[in-house]
Amino acid sequence: MIARLGLAALAILSLLLALGVGLNPYELNILVQAATYAIAVLGLVIVLGLTGQISLAQAGFFGLGAYGVALGTTIYHLPFLVSLVAGMVIAALMGAALGASTLRLGGHYLAMVTISFQQILTLVLTNWISVTRGPDGIRDIPRPILFGVSFAESGRYLAFCLVLLYLAIYAIWRLKQTRLGLGMQAVRDNELAAEVVGVNTYVTKVIAFILSAALGGLGGGLFAGGFGFISPDQFSFAESVVFMTMALLGGVQSPFGAALGTFILILMPEWLRFLKVFYLAIYGLAVILIVRFMPNGIWGYVEGLRRRQAPAPIGPVEPLELLSSRDVKGGTLLEVQDLAKHFGGLKAVDGVDLSIERGTCQALIGPNGSGKTTLLNVLSGIYKPTRGAIRYKGENVAGMSPHMLAARGVGRTFQNIRLFGSLTALENVVIGALRPGHDVPGGMAGVRARALAALDFVGMLDQAELIVSGLPYGYQRRIEIARALAGNPGLLLLDEPGAGLNLTEKQGLVELLRRLKGHGMTIFLIDHDMNLVEQVAECITVLNFGRKIAEGTPREVLRHPEVRKAYLGEETDADAA
Amino acid sequence: MGGRHEPSATGGWMAFDLALNLQLLFTGTGIGAIYALVALGTVMIYRATNVVNFAQGEFAMVGAYCMVITTHGLGWPYGLGILASLAMMALFGVVFNLGVYYPLRHRSFLPVIISTIGASILLTNGMLAGYGPEPQTLPSALGFDGIEIGEVFLDSQYMLIIGVTILLVVAQYFFFEHTLIGKKLQATSQDKEMASLLGIPVSRMIMLTFIYSAVLGGIAGILVAPILFVSVGMGSQIALKAFAASIIGGFGDVTGAIVGGLMLGIIETFGAAYISVPYKDAFAFLVLFAFLLVRPYGIFGEKVSQKA
Repeated sequence: MIARLGLAALAILSLLLALGVGLNPYELNILVQAATYAIAVLGLVIVLGLTGQISLAQAGFFGLGAYGVALGTTIYHLPFLVSLVAGMVIAALMGAALGASTLRLGGHYLAMVTISFQQILTLVLTNWISVTRGPDGIRDIPRPILFGVSFAESGRYLAFCLVLLYLAIYAIWRLKQTRLGLGMQAVRDNELAAEVVGVNTYVTKVIAFILSAALGGLGGGLFAGGFGFISPDQFSFAESVVFMTMALLGGVQSPFGAALGTFILILMPEWLRFLKVFYLAIYGLAVILIVRFMPNGIWGYVEGLRRRQAPAPIGPVEPLELLSSRDVKGGTLLEVQDLAKHFGGLKAVDGVDLSIERGTCQALIGPNGSGKTTLLNVLSGIYKPTRGAIRYKGENVAGMSPHMLAARGVGRTFQNIRLFGSLTALENVVIGALRPGHDVPGGMAGVRARALAALDFVGMLDQAELIVSGLPYGYQRRIEIARALAGNPGLLLLDEPGAGLNLTEKQGLVELLRRLKGHGMTIFLIDHDMNLVEQVAECITVLNFGRKIAEGTPREVLRHPEVRKAYLGEETDADAA
Repeated sequence: MGGRHEPSATGGWMAFDLALNLQLLFTGTGIGAIYALVALGTVMIYRATNVVNFAQGEFAMVGAYCMVITTHGLGWPYGLGILASLAMMALFGVVFNLGVYYPLRHRSFLPVIISTIGASILLTNGMLAGYGPEPQTLPSALGFDGIEIGEVFLDSQYMLIIGVTILLVVAQYFFFEHTLIGKKLQATSQDKEMASLLGIPVSRMIMLTFIYSAVLGGIAGILVAPILFVSVGMGSQIALKAFAASIIGGFGDVTGAIVGGLMLGIIETFGAAYISVPYKDAFAFLVLFAFLLVRPYGIFGEKVSQKA
């Protein structure tokens, strides 16, 4: 709280200084540059810091905004604000096109494509002389007059830029705790898990790209107004790298950090003028050293100090409500017919029929490599089936993507736990509670209350404020289950929930699963541990070589000759004869 | 855009000038071979580390400068200069691995990519600070200008580039398929954990890969130097196109890198001649965009599924 007040006071003070104190024009120009760059760097906070997607074209978007203002005001004689918005829209549209076409690929491809875009844009700005005025650039770009007030004077213009910068910082700081922002962080930490809890990862990434490009455009437009002169070489690939460095130095996951990094790197050369030719080389060296020694930047270091404070104790929480009355009635919830998943010649799942009744716990067992996890992956939409039908609540859902299935109420956990590692247990479970198709009354406060209830249900309430990557394995398993429960799934798929747990933890898991059954939850689980499966499952399906070889009560299944053969290598009577 | 450069003095757009087209094909193949060599280095490192080295072009730049330093600066003969330069590149590969990749080997790909981008800036601007912005020249390695066949002139340096590339590709094939150390390198690139369990010294294999890639980059730089001039910026343009080439060919695929490189060189040369000179550098990226939209896994790549 004190920190927040301090930041607010600092912001107001800086505005007063810009307006009041007689800084010389050179100093004001440097500060305007820092403020406009910082806005563009905030775009990288969204795309790289929050969403984990690399963009090396931020200078390109910055340039589009700058050319928007420059051409809009000097050639087309549009008002400053109209030109500024036009530049932002063009940048955002470019970002949308670039993102929509390549974000499915991600990673290295994205780095390459953004660099390509940056290179082509530089070529176009330099060579399309009839529109861009070519390498000579554009001069005499005016500053705005808004509501009768002229911002031509540098102190006022700086204050104008700072206000927009602070608004952008505040917006991103708030964004982190919204549905969209949490979805972005989920994508960053674990894309597959994000899909499975109902985040449309592709759309989320494209939105991040658009917002980032628009902020780049805003920064660029203000930059053009600030300097009155722009030329193509100000928006080259090298500048994109400079933006990236600023974000990394300050801390790419925090808007405050990124702004701090920008101001440091803009003001630093003023103090380090003696370096001259080595200046950019040192930039490069700094990037390597920051990545190595300060992975979360300066701000990450500061946050690290703050995190050590003990979190405030959490008051009493409501009991977790699971399932609506509509869901508890009997009947078939999920029906699978002739389901197959082939990988080339490998028939991982080959013609499986399955039916899961509401309110029951059904288990899937089988030797290693028998196709259990593949089947679960098809059921949760991670793999598209080669053939066959999956009917969930009567609707054919075969081939839907994981987030669409999540929206229909299919929740799951993973064999190798997939949590959002850099977030707290509570944030993880909040993302689960926010799944589409699951309306929680009371806005974010209601969602938070539900997430706490889910954590309480699995006995992890005390861990709510802790970062999950540092928690013990058994805790992480429970938090992953809580994340699925918070979204109130109609069907809960558990992939080896007992794997890696010791005996006591396993007994705790059995108790948890029994409580869930008591609430009428429909569960479909994979496990190797027959002891565990016997205690919770009414019905067991056995898979071998992608085919169902037996089904029935635990007792029936264990006596089944095919099952004994698959597990123990015993010959059946038929083979012996 | 367009229309600044007439494809031939008399024929105009419609006439098909065989000699001109053969000439363009030859030049394009030569430039493409350079892209292919640098792409090959990128792919080798990618296969060993699963990370793209964005400083691969600077390997070529550093190689060319080593040549300038030894032959111009120290006045050594050409052959000795080449040997010394390649030895320096091998050492450079070691330093690069230890400074840029090795400390980050357990982190995700993003920090490593950013680290290699940092290295690229450091090398470019370090060289700029040390050697200045004026481009340096290197003479052609062969003693003659070239040979003329009909109306087509085969420049000796381009012939050398194509010849060396073919030799290297063949040598690399035999090395990987028919030597034990080549097999160990392959095992490392396919599954580091398993390779390590089988007693293959994975860190040393990765080191070897960096050395090989650096030498390969150095060779590309030395070969291209007489054509392009030696400048601090020469690396980044080559590297971006080489990287585009490796995506077009099918990312991580050795054959793909070579075919993609040659293809880009040829497309670019024809594009400059028939469409637009100022936008010459854009063709590679436009082809890349087209591939990413239609066939993102490239010519030789296979579509891979996500694994849960």
